[in-house]
Amino acid sequence: MSTVTVKDYRANAQASTWCPGCGDFAVVAAMQRALVNLGLKPHQVVAVTGIGCSGKFNYYLGANAFNSMHGRSLPVAQAIKIANRDLVVIAAGGDGDGYGIGVGHFIHACRRNVDITYVVMDNHIYGLTTGQTSPTSRKGFKTKTTPYGAAEHPIRPLPLALASGCGFVAQGFSGDVKHLQSLFEAAIQHKGFALVNVLSPCVTFNKEQTYDWWRENLVNLDEREDYDPADRSAAYKVVNELNSLVTGIIYREERSDYQDELPNYDPQPLIYQDLSRPIQDRDELLAAFM
Amino acid sequence: MDFTWKIGGAQGEGIDSAGEIFALTLHRMGYYIYAYRHFMSLIKGGHTNYKVRVSSKQFRHRGDKLDMLVAFDQRSIDENLHELKNGGAVLYNAGAFEPKFPGDVDVVPIGVPMQQIAKDHGSIVMTNMAAMGASAALVGLEPDAFDAFIAERYGKHGAEVVEANRKVVRAGYEAASQVTTWRATLPEIPEENKRKKRVFMHGNDAIALGAVVAGCRVVAAYPITPATDILYSLLKLLPKYGGVVLQAEDEMAACQMAVGCNYAGVRAMTSTSGPGFSLMTETLGLAGVSETPVVIVDVQRAGPSTGMPTKTEQGDAFQAIFSSHGEIQRIVLAPATVEDCFYDIQRAFNLADKYQCPVIVLTDLALGLSKQSVDVDDIDFERISIDRGELLTEEQVKEIAANGGYKRYAITESGISPRALPGQEGGVHIAISYEHTEEGHEDETPFHRVSQTEKRIRKMSTFDPEEFGVRLSGDRKPELLLIGWGSTIGQIDEVRQALAAEGRSVAHLHLSVLYPFPTRAVREAIESAGSVLVVENNAFGQLQQLIQLHVGHYDHMHSCRKFSGEPFNVSEILSRANEVLAESKSVKEVG
Ligand SMILES: Cc1ncc(C[n+]2csc(CCOP(=O)(O)OP(=O)(O)O)c2C)c(N)n1
Ligand code: SF4
Repeated sequence: MSTVTVKDYRANAQASTWCPGCGDFAVVAAMQRALVNLGLKPHQVVAVTGIGCSGKFNYYLGANAFNSMHGRSLPVAQAIKIANRDLVVIAAGGDGDGYGIGVGHFIHACRRNVDITYVVMDNHIYGLTTGQTSPTSRKGFKTKTTPYGAAEHPIRPLPLALASGCGFVAQGFSGDVKHLQSLFEAAIQHKGFALVNVLSPCVTFNKEQTYDWWRENLVNLDEREDYDPADRSAAYKVVNELNSLVTGIIYREERSDYQDELPNYDPQPLIYQDLSRPIQDRDELLAAFM
Repeated sequence: MDFTWKIGGAQGEGIDSAGEIFALTLHRMGYYIYAYRHFMSLIKGGHTNYKVRVSSKQFRHRGDKLDMLVAFDQRSIDENLHELKNGGAVLYNAGAFEPKFPGDVDVVPIGVPMQQIAKDHGSIVMTNMAAMGASAALVGLEPDAFDAFIAERYGKHGAEVVEANRKVVRAGYEAASQVTTWRATLPEIPEENKRKKRVFMHGNDAIALGAVVAGCRVVAAYPITPATDILYSLLKLLPKYGGVVLQAEDEMAACQMAVGCNYAGVRAMTSTSGPGFSLMTETLGLAGVSETPVVIVDVQRAGPSTGMPTKTEQGDAFQAIFSSHGEIQRIVLAPATVEDCFYDIQRAFNLADKYQCPVIVLTDLALGLSKQSVDVDDIDFERISIDRGELLTEEQVKEIAANGGYKRYAITESGISPRALPGQEGGVHIAISYEHTEEGHEDETPFHRVSQTEKRIRKMSTFDPEEFGVRLSGDRKPELLLIGWGSTIGQIDEVRQALAAEGRSVAHLHLSVLYPFPTRAVREAIESAGSVLVVENNAFGQLQQLIQLHVGHYDHMHSCRKFSGEPFNVSEILSRANEVLAESKSVKEVG
């Protein structure tokens, strides 16, 4: 078997249009390394995005890509996995995409538990539309649309994921590619829906949550020997106490995924099934209506 | 020759199940049945009724009139008496209420204490069974006519329940036999009917069955009347083939999921009604520009907004044809019959794959929920074979990869770019919602914008709506041309026949493709007719406006519109047709 290298991904990738220094570069790099480390070739992977700077993640990753509309990466990604469970499916996007316009899909994806990985590049701002407030912007944060400071409290993705039944909740930081890579590997290997929220600075429009700011404030749970990610109440507690300023695997639970729960589900991907069977079953199918 | 029966009461009194048992019994005896459900958007109370048209040949509507009404309450009489023929019977629940009739009507009231009978022989919830027994007596069925069904329906509740129901039926039968000499005459059952295999299904069932035959393996949808039954039918069919019925969080997700599956190579659809379709229009743009096949069924109900969820209307033609941001190619089909539903959904999947675009199948509540007897020979599993269009095989992709590389949006003469699937080695590509280059790279330069748009327009040029979307019956150069679309076919056909029987020269043009519009066929028909009547179940005349848009404005084109939420009666179209005929005659005489 030929081995896969990052070059195989880069061969398909487009030239970047992100600002130099954008946190999202690290996300792509970490994902490419994670996929290579897991022995996955570009054709075996589909990355699905919505719209945003971060929505271009899959242009630069170099795997198969489906670029949907703003906020709609998750429905498409789940469907691809349902159609062909042989594929490794990664949904990715920004905080506006995932926690604003697409937050309904996020909550339901957590509870539905289709076996995909969801990467949110959380920069606390709308990048592509040049600097408006985001659902994760802190209260009082000044942006073009909140010149007097944001009036709303921010969404807190980690407790939201936990409360919605997400079986794998992790948070990474673009300033630590190696750690990010390990989180991605664990997320992809996790059976079921896995969230990796990545604190990924927007160097152009967010002058507050900078690389330095994150470095000063983040605590890496993976380095804490006494932290047990299988303990749901501990997860709530630590996220609460540290105001979500954590990285690492926060919660992980082994359970059956969506497709396991389906009646009569055939482990062979739907894409390979014999479509002529209903014609052979004609009499039986019609009998139900007589 | 036909006989019409209706049972009415409050929602929650078992009206629907009584109606369905009555209908299915007669269907199995060899009659052709058309069953129409009148119901409301509530769970208990209100008024609901179930009308059964029983005939020796196939009709495609519920019939204007009524021979016999079974009334559980006064409201059932008040709301339905206008339909009753002179000398018709009203079988009412004696003791439960004292029926009042307007002084001038010619009706035969027949009181049977159905509720009391149910209490005495079973329980009060079996009142509908007492009504069934009484009905059986009055229409000349045997007392055991419903026995088989009772076992089928209530067997799961145990032998005691089955027995109690049967007892109640017999007691109702006895009581009705004694209290009146009024008897209905059912039509003869032609010998050939008994030999024919027939199914009893509605448009929603036929859509579900057709979808499975077409190779659809995933349906993602959000519940909405009157489309939810498609999910129920698919739940019975799909798991057998490893398929998935997924209740999405909303219609945006449902439609995006259908797109996602199709992108991955599995045929998938979504089904909804007007308000849900509105939420899906976002995804139409995506499917259009990313050139991903998707099939959307809109079982129309009376809008706008929540409107009248349990009433029928042909109000979504414009929405189906025009809704989307930007400009996209699509196909809109409007099946007219249950059989059409079965075939058109299969065509929809083939067309979606062939043209890599959204295909919308527009039915409505009347077609979607009215169960009918259909000859099994008309549900031909092999008539339409699966055609996946230009879907590349693993080998083809490898070859393309070796010869310069795969381009998802390659500019081709036909405008159709062969589709690789994720998972195929050498076929790694981007499907994209932005305007793009041949490779699928986001691009806003005029060259790519123009060449990709032209490609998307060009790919539709081989689609011919007249191949299966146009039915023309009657005279070639008629005095009057009736034009309709979708579920109104039965009534319009009956009007044409009635007028022809009076010696008028009439034709009927019925459309089941609304976009791309069958312009040539419509123009020819209109221009060869003395006058034209466009018949549709809406207020704004959407088909008529489409004709004006695609074909032109005509002084001899008139409209017949109904937007009360009810399907047309034949008499309504007939009187409008006579008006138009009289008008055009007077114009000719004067001129
Ligand atoms: C339906 C719709 N509404 C609005 C937009 C405009 N829009 C594009 S991206 C975006 C937000 C981007 O922010 P985020 O999702 O956080 O991603 P980022 O650019 O910061 O990576 C908005 C509002 C759109 N494309 N579609
Ligand atoms: S605007 Fe912000 S998020 Fe967008 S590319 Fe630039 S740095 Fe990254």
